[in-house]
This record gives sequence, C-alpha cells and structure tokens, in this order.
Amino acid sequence: MAYIPPGRPGSPVSVEERYDNFIGGKWLPPQHGEYMTNLSPATATPICEVAKSSAEDVDAALDAAHVAATDWNHVSQAERAAVLEKIADAIDDNREMLAVTESWENGKPVRETLAADIPLAADHFRYFAAAARGLEGRLTMLDEHTTAYHFHEPLGVVGQIIPFNFPLLMAAWKLAPALAAGNCSVIKPASPTPWSILKLAEVIEDVVPPGVINVVTGPGAEVGKALATSPKIAKIGFTGETVTGRLMMQYAAENLIPVTLELGGKSPNVFFEDVMAHDDDFLDKAVEGLVLYAFNKGEVCTAPSRALIQESIYDEFMARCLARIDAIVQGNPLDESTMIGPQVSQQQLSKISGYVDIGRAEGAEVLIGGKRAEVPGEFANGYFYEPTVLKGHNKMRVFQEEIFGPVLAVTTFRDEAEALAIANDTLYGLGAGVWTRDTNRMTRMSRGIQAGRVWVNCYHQYPAGAAFGGYKISGIGRENHQMMLEHYSQTKNVLISTDEHKLGLF
Amino acid sequence: MNDDLVIPEVRATDPAREAVRRLARTHGKVMFVQSGGCCDGSAPMCFADGEFLVGSGDVLVGDVEGSPVYVGRRELAAWEHRELVIDVEPGYADGLSLEAGDGLHFVSRTSGCLTDTGAPLPGGTGSTTTPHKEGTS
Repeated sequence: MAYIPPGRPGSPVSVEERYDNFIGGKWLPPQHGEYMTNLSPATATPICEVAKSSAEDVDAALDAAHVAATDWNHVSQAERAAVLEKIADAIDDNREMLAVTESWENGKPVRETLAADIPLAADHFRYFAAAARGLEGRLTMLDEHTTAYHFHEPLGVVGQIIPFNFPLLMAAWKLAPALAAGNCSVIKPASPTPWSILKLAEVIEDVVPPGVINVVTGPGAEVGKALATSPKIAKIGFTGETVTGRLMMQYAAENLIPVTLELGGKSPNVFFEDVMAHDDDFLDKAVEGLVLYAFNKGEVCTAPSRALIQESIYDEFMARCLARIDAIVQGNPLDESTMIGPQVSQQQLSKISGYVDIGRAEGAEVLIGGKRAEVPGEFANGYFYEPTVLKGHNKMRVFQEEIFGPVLAVTTFRDEAEALAIANDTLYGLGAGVWTRDTNRMTRMSRGIQAGRVWVNCYHQYPAGAAFGGYKISGIGRENHQMMLEHYSQTKNVLISTDEHKLGLF
Repeated sequence: MNDDLVIPEVRATDPAREAVRRLARTHGKVMFVQSGGCCDGSAPMCFADGEFLVGSGDVLVGDVEGSPVYVGRRELAAWEHRELVIDVEPGYADGLSLEAGDGLHFVSRTSGCLTDTGAPLPGGTGSTTTPHKEGTS
C-alpha cells in the first residue's frame, strides 16, 4: 500500500501554501517577509514554502523563550513531565500524519517512519518525562555543622540546531532533555527539512506552554549563526559536520557557554568468521546487519559505512550480503514495501556520486550499484542512488570520509588484532558494530574500539536510555540518556553551616 | 610539517570565481574550509574571511580570487589528488556556509588521483570552465 502524498486529496497530510515561524506559541511571518521553497526529494517538486528567516526572527524567538522561561524554569518536575507526556501522546495520536510528512520531505521510507522515527520520538519524550520525575539533587553532611546541597537548575534558554536525516527524531533528542531539565528552546531545523518540525509544532501547540519551544526556519548562515552567536542562549546543541561543529565551539567561546556536538562518523562494522559457523537465524541477522548501511539511504551519522570481514569467510558472506542488497526495493518512499527512498537533496546525490567516482579512481572495485537509480514515472527526477558496495582498503578516501549515502566500503582482515587496528584507523568514533558468537571476543572488541556506541550483534538500534555520542572528532557530550539532564542543567551548591560559632579569624 | 602531504592545486570554475567576486562585493573577502563529518560534511564551507578560526591543523592549500582555501591536515593525509576544484551547483548552502548566489552553493571536486593513472592532468594552473567528471551525476 502506498500513502497519497501530502496535500493531495485522500492524503493523511494537509499542506498550507506557506509556513511561518513558530514563536511564542504563535505563527509569525519572517520579519523580512522572505520565504524559501521546500522540495520533496522523491519528485524534486515543491511541497510548500517556509520562512527564510533572518537574525531578527531569531532574536524575537529568543525573547519569546525568555518570557516563557520565567515560568518554565520554575515549574515543578511533575508539571514538566506532564507536558512531555502530552507531547508524546500528541505524536502517537498523529503517527501516520507525521510519518507521511517526514517521509515525503526527507525521502526516507514510510515503513521506517511509521515503525521507528515517530514511535521513537514519542518514546524519547516519555523517557525524559520519567527522567525529570526521577531527578534528585544530592546532599552531603560534610561535617557535623556543614551541609552541602546540590540542586539541578535549568540553564534558561538554549539554542539547538538539528540535521536533515531524522527531522523529528533529532528534534525529540534535542528538545526532550532540554525541556525536561526546565529549559526553553529555540530550535533551527536543517535547510532541506524545515517542514516536518512545523507539522509537529501544529500538533503540540496546544499542549506546550507558549514560548517553551520555538522553531525558526531559514539558511544556516543567517539563522544558525544568529542563534549560535546570540548572548541570549545559555547553551548550544548541534548535530552536523565538523567545520560547523568547530564554529559552534568558537561562537560558544565568545559567550563562554557550553556546547554539545554530534559530528558524524565512519563507523566500522566488524564480522568475524564464526558468524558463519552455522547457517541459522543469527547468520541471517548478521547479513542484515551489514546491509543496514543502506538504512535511511545511508544518511545516518552512525551508518555502518565500513564493513570489515574476516578474510576466511569473505567470499561466502559477501555473496549472501550482495544477494540481500540486490533485493532492496527502491522507489516511492510512501509505499510501505519500499526499503530505500531518495537522498535528501540534489547536492547529497551529487556528493555521493562524486565519492563513488573518487573510489573508482582510488582503485576500489564496485561490487554492486555505483550509479544513480532509475525510478520511473512521477519519481524520475527524484534523487535516488543505487545501494552501492566498494571493495578496497582502509587508507582510501571512501574509507576515511563520510559519504552520507548508501555506499558501503568493504575490506577484509586476517585476525582480531588487525580488525581492531582497521576499526580504529579513522578520525571518527561515533558508532561501531561487532558480530561474533564468541563472548570473550565481543567483550575485547567492544571495549577496544574507540567509539561512543558499539553495537554487539545488532546495529542501528536507538532506544532511549542508551547513551549516544562520539569519541575523537565525532563530538562532545551524549544524548538519549538521563545524563543529558546534566548537560542541560546548572549545579547549584548551597553550603549551609549550622555552627553557632564564628571562624575566629576576625 | 607538510612533507608527507600531497597538497592539491586549487582551481575554480568561472561560475565559482564569479560567485566569489560577487560575495566580495557584499561580504568582503571570503574563505573556504573543507568540511568532514555527517549531513552537510565533505563540502567546502564558505565564510567571511576570518569568520572561521583557523588552527594549526588546517592547511592552506590555495586560493580562489584571493580567498584562502583550507583543508584539515588529518583529512589531507588520505588525499592523493593533484587538484581541488571549487565549483557551484544549484542547492541550499551547507551548514553555516554562505550561499554562492541565489539558489547556488559551493562544491569541491578532486581530480588527478595519483593512484589513478599516475599521469598529470591536462590543464595546469588557472581556472577552468570544463566540469570535471567527479561530482557530476
């Protein structure tokens, strides 16, 4: 079954001609009156227009957030949690609408948004609702007369900049902990996917106090910079690439505020020979584990984009994987049978194509794919790229640089020591996968790989409660875990003396 | 410090050079920094000159119309290209990068991989209006 695209009769998604910013609980037009066209990557045709905002709009949003913060910073943990629960309920109640919206705007298959993106987004709000309820300060009796109280206090108003690959889940990852800790947010969605979060705002505007969440759309050079450099934010949270990550730290340095950064990776997915010891469900799972590089068309910061396969099983294991890749159904993202949709934009498509050419020039062998995918009819102009596998060695650029597309770089290793060396021979350290039936090896490898998240005998699972973040240049800080409340809180220490007597110094 | 690195020669297409001249009129001189990482990574970010704080790990590889072009030393270590070509294509600007003009953004392409043919590419220095095969779909 295929959903009808947004805006057409019978679609679960209505579309306005143009969308304004969501500021202070109101829909406010951009102060310069400019809008930009938002395309669907499936057809390369416009969905709607969104505000092409400027620094003035960011400032207005920050002012609205500060007004809201005078209350929200002080509401009880129970009240905060109740609002987060209501957001989660609203997301669940609108699951189909939001799933189709996000699928059409981003290009990801609707079966992923229905089963993962939208339910997970709701679950993250519920998780942080619970975390907010469970948040406790600490006190210590330092000596008979001296007590140290430690309170969590909100930072105030925070700026958040999210990427295009999971427009709603990344919003949830950022907003839920910030709100749970008592902060108000001004959030900027990515330029290719500004609309999904505005549809989310439509369904939660009645349950979130005005100004607690503010959404400003527009170009990064204007809106992102204005937000990150503003002295009105107490923290900046960013997911994206490394140069912008460095700029975020630079801007944060100007205002002496903290940052959390998630900056991508080139994650190794390591398959030891014992995965083929039996022809069973686990082997089937391991084959899928390799093919997960094509999940969300490879537009995932943790995409397992380097497969390391023990050479003794390479031929047979890879043959099974290539057969599975060959069976990937590509096309209309709104068709529930589609496994891979279009890349998010023309420029991503162009970049992917360029990297595959670089791989060829470096001497990599194209095992499958390697070109733009032909999808007929309405989707002929969509940004589809065939799931691709390049065989080469780890020093190649296609093994070292993030392609952010359905392109797997595969190589072999002789033994565990070499597997670990190749896995760690990267600038990045966000994710990794280890596949083995040997529990001692899984322990050694998972502790040896320098990455913030090592999946063992699984991949691409993102449950709330499992901390997510990078080693090396993949970022600073963690998401998805109650420790995020620390990232979004100040610690207030109140030091109390119950001693009636003076120090005796003066 | 750069002994072990292959420093590509920076070239720019005519539309890219025109975009830099146009930006110079509105923003003053600009700078390019090649980015890595997820989402908009692996693209040349264009900023007002000095906006991005260049560090000791950034290598000045050349310029476009007097605007400097930097690539990270660690990224460069994996490069074996003779040329880095700055061009423009339709699409939104990446990250906080300046647009290359209305509806245009900067892209970079590399060519003349040493492990490709080993032979130098024709063209030598200066700019070119001929699109290179890399990056076109």
